[in-house]
Amino acid sequence: MPEQPSGSAIAIREVSKVFGSGSDAVTALAQVDIDIRANEFFTLLGPSGCGKTTLLRLIAGFDYPTTGEIRLYGDDIAQLPPYRRPINTVFQNYALFPHMTVAQNIGFGLEMLGRPRAEIAARIDEMLRLVRMEELKNRRTSQISGGQQQRVALARALAPQPKVLLLDEPLSALDYKLRKEMQLELKRLQHETGITFIFVTHDQEEALTMSDRIAVMSKGRVLQIGTAHDIYDKPAERFVANFIGETNLLDAEVTGVDAATATVRVKGTTLQAGLPEGFRPTGKATVVIRPEHAELEAGGADRGTLGGLGGVITNVVFFGTDTHYYIALDGGGEFMVRRQNSRGAAGFASGDRVGLRIDPGAARVLRD
Amino acid sequence: MTAPPPASPRERQADRSAARRNRWLTGPAVTIVALFGIVPLLIVLVYSFLAPAPYGGVQWKFSTDAYLNFLFQRDIFSDALQFSPAFLLIYLRSFVFAVITTLICLALGFPTAYFMATRPPEQRNWWVLLITIPFWSNLLVRTLAIMFIIRDEGLINMALMGLGLIDKPITMLYTNFAIVLGLFYSFLPFMVLPLYSSLEKLDFRLVEAAHDLYATRRQVLWRIVIPMSAPGIVAGCLLVFIPALGAYVTPLILGGGTHLMIGDLIAQQFGSGRNWPLGSAQALILMAAVLVALWVYVRNAAKGGKHG
Repeated sequence: MPEQPSGSAIAIREVSKVFGSGSDAVTALAQVDIDIRANEFFTLLGPSGCGKTTLLRLIAGFDYPTTGEIRLYGDDIAQLPPYRRPINTVFQNYALFPHMTVAQNIGFGLEMLGRPRAEIAARIDEMLRLVRMEELKNRRTSQISGGQQQRVALARALAPQPKVLLLDEPLSALDYKLRKEMQLELKRLQHETGITFIFVTHDQEEALTMSDRIAVMSKGRVLQIGTAHDIYDKPAERFVANFIGETNLLDAEVTGVDAATATVRVKGTTLQAGLPEGFRPTGKATVVIRPEHAELEAGGADRGTLGGLGGVITNVVFFGTDTHYYIALDGGGEFMVRRQNSRGAAGFASGDRVGLRIDPGAARVLRD
Repeated sequence: MTAPPPASPRERQADRSAARRNRWLTGPAVTIVALFGIVPLLIVLVYSFLAPAPYGGVQWKFSTDAYLNFLFQRDIFSDALQFSPAFLLIYLRSFVFAVITTLICLALGFPTAYFMATRPPEQRNWWVLLITIPFWSNLLVRTLAIMFIIRDEGLINMALMGLGLIDKPITMLYTNFAIVLGLFYSFLPFMVLPLYSSLEKLDFRLVEAAHDLYATRRQVLWRIVIPMSAPGIVAGCLLVFIPALGAYVTPLILGGGTHLMIGDLIAQQFGSGRNWPLGSAQALILMAAVLVALWVYVRNAAKGGKHG
């Protein structure tokens, strides 16, 4: 294991978490390794039960890892109680104290740290300004809306100036419009405070729009870590490709491999496909092509110039900015193409025969 | 929004007959409260303004002597009223005992209730059952059992002497200690159960949130758990304090009749004292005192606990 780079705010080293014991033991996390850089907006993304919340609870200190280390700027904090860690959490249900006012909630952390009254009061006002809630200072938390509670929860967690802020699906209880608004708000807060954010979500769109880097998790394992671009354009595994965005998966035969690409045959057509780092496939493989990386061509009889793939359109779905075309491929299988709707572009209709032109470099082999 | 359409005559009739039906349904409850609550109270009120008959009972003659006798004694020769604090002292002692009992019940009941509320859900009902087991036997029997445990030749003294820790028995029976012990033992479940029901509803994610915000265990207890379980604390304290104030059997048996409490005092007036009006007045004064205390308490609780 190479020494972690000095920029790591949180270094998770071979962390496992097993609940229960004996035959009832459930492995929630298995050998997880993650480095989260300082001032980074880092997202743990995965379906429910993938272990992302367990990992967050280990970082917060509500649970302790079965094995492994959690380092905060180099210090192992895995065994410290939560009140000894300079890490704060925004909870999924906000967990605001109902017997306190908005201001008392925000000041609670600083009060527990024994800061002087004047400092706490000043900081409460600063936080209220930051989340734009000045006028609700003396309200009870039961008297404010869900979006406002969300802001109070954020202000409360940011007030003690933690080194790392943990956010456990904080937007899942908000309606669509408010969620969009809060996504931008979170990005702004992260930018203004310069605090490392670790964000947990099952919403891939949320993860893609907000994160500097994303760790995709499934069944207690981290499958891939990378920027939104990396994860979307270069998924390494079938689960990642499927979970993020819409995907066409095709069975392929590997015929040749060089440094970073493989030559594969898909339904009688030869394609160049990118490879996950350090992966050398042989024999059968799965190839992923995003729906926007293929273009429709009328006719589709001349397979030579069209990359060879073709079929019949079975369904056309209009989405406003773009249209989805579902194609039954010759020789079996379905393929979806997304086209932007621009004025004057020729449309296709159900039942049309089309050929598919795959963008060069768009196809990628999956590790599976 | 459109206004609801005006009720048709038929609907209004239906409403009225529903209201009539409801009155019928509340009938039994109202009857019971009137028959067993209000009527006896009125009898006590009337008796307290009458004169005592020589062999118990009352004479139908208006008199405020009962209330005067509560604070004053009539001089045998000059008929002048002299201030006599004897009854007041008994009330004061009862009050102190009831407060001490309530505090001990709270101090021991809270951890018990917290323990129960933090067990896995399927275990909790068993703990509640265990807490209620003392109710299955008679209060008198339980009080006598305490007597046998703490008397000079009782279990505790015998054991301590057997171990050679003491030479002669420690006197525990017929002391203030015995009374408070008995009261505490009798009323502890009344403290634990409302506390438990309050703590069981506590959202323990708030405890996690407080820990996350640097609160230690002690701070979480004082700043989160206790304020959030205030309704249970209030209910438990009332359920212990009020019956402890008027307790009769326990102080009589464990205090040996030497340390009078209000309950014994009132019972005496109806028994050997043969002064029913005085007993009635004492009972009403106790009730008035409790009501005033309650009113002050609830008013303050409402002011401080609006957030609850």
